[in-house]
Amino acid sequence: MGRFISVVRRDLRLALRQGSDSVMVVMFFLLTVVLFPFGIGPEGNILARVASGVIFVAALLASMLSLERLFQTDYEDGSLELLTLSPVPLEIVVLGKITAHWLTTGLPLIIASPLLAVLMNMSSDGFSMLMLALLLGTPALSLIGAIGAALVLGSRRGGVLISLLVLPLFVPVLIFGVGLVEAAIGGFAVKSQILILSGILFACLAFCPFAAAAAVRQSVE
Amino acid sequence: MATFAGQDLVCIRGERLVFSHLDFNIASGGCLTLIGRNGAGKSSLLRMMAGLLRPSSGVMSWDATPVQDDMDEHRERLHYVGHHDAIKPVLTVEENLKFWAGLRSDAQEAQANFKEALDLFSIGHLMDVPGRFLSAGQKRRANLARIIASKSQVWLLDEPTTALDKETIAKLEEIIENHRATGGMVVLSTHSDLNIKNQEILDVSAFSAARGQESASLLAEGI
Repeated sequence: MGRFISVVRRDLRLALRQGSDSVMVVMFFLLTVVLFPFGIGPEGNILARVASGVIFVAALLASMLSLERLFQTDYEDGSLELLTLSPVPLEIVVLGKITAHWLTTGLPLIIASPLLAVLMNMSSDGFSMLMLALLLGTPALSLIGAIGAALVLGSRRGGVLISLLVLPLFVPVLIFGVGLVEAAIGGFAVKSQILILSGILFACLAFCPFAAAAAVRQSVE
Repeated sequence: MATFAGQDLVCIRGERLVFSHLDFNIASGGCLTLIGRNGAGKSSLLRMMAGLLRPSSGVMSWDATPVQDDMDEHRERLHYVGHHDAIKPVLTVEENLKFWAGLRSDAQEAQANFKEALDLFSIGHLMDVPGRFLSAGQKRRANLARIIASKSQVWLLDEPTTALDKETIAKLEEIIENHRATGGMVVLSTHSDLNIKNQEILDVSAFSAARGQESASLLAEGI
């Protein structure tokens, strides 16, 4: 556990010192969503109708942006080799890096989301559920994305390749995340969507660190 | 008294046979020096010993137990220095080394020791300097300080003298002697002659001869 925390702390420190990354992700998120009213026009009802979908898709794209750097810098400077060779199981190290990634990208997105919901004229009944949906959804995105990030190590133009590999896998999170918000706005029961999103998150938590660690081992070979 | 041995090792990289039928044997206090021309497989052999690269065939054993049986234990007893120094540009030397020390089982001891280790390579004054301001030689010295700070039995050093000045190389020779005197073992690859007593020399090129035919036959066997 202590070693897990030291990996998280190191990655957080790296992210904070290098700065730009998490600010960039949040700015991208804000700007993409803000573009929609310009595109579809300022008609309140239409915006409210698409709000949850737009916010979710933007969050998904924003968290894709930073995935490439999850393992890339460690791969280039030899740290990934040493992490693979350290006595700590690689799965724990990978999970630590994913946690740090979520704290620096997913969490700021969740905090920024109510502001965007207001901008998109979303009904206020949906705000809390939007945040809950993102709270359950974004860690799953980081977990699934880590597999993609580890698989493309060593290839050129990895960033684009990650999107192709990972975006299709994000679809279930998108469907049930948006479903949860829509149900809350429509006044329906939300329990089943919450349970399914939690289920997806736990399944990812159990599976993704192993898959990503296997891909990392392959890449340093 | 521990022994680390490899038998009949074969390394195939990208469908090309690098070396085959390679045996090595090293006991506590021993030093195995790998020589050979570029591309002979010195680095591949070191990576294989570290467990980064799986041998295409053959076994490595520690005290007659196959290493593959417990990789966690194997990783605990080795230190590897590769071509890259793994010094993060935005972290200070102290933060860099403390992190690596913290991942080992003797974390507390190692974190207490690393100041001494830095002084040994006369970079103690650089402790608060971010990695990006270090020269190549200083980075290499910080990386070598990492392996001294926490104890482990086997040192796998891939061209450790790269970017080091004469003085530091002499220091490194002395440190390797100390490590061996306390029962440690060292495997290193080098192109420049290091002045080390009783070193056993393994010419990796000798195992990559007759490449053409053998490569084909090994691949045909499905190894």
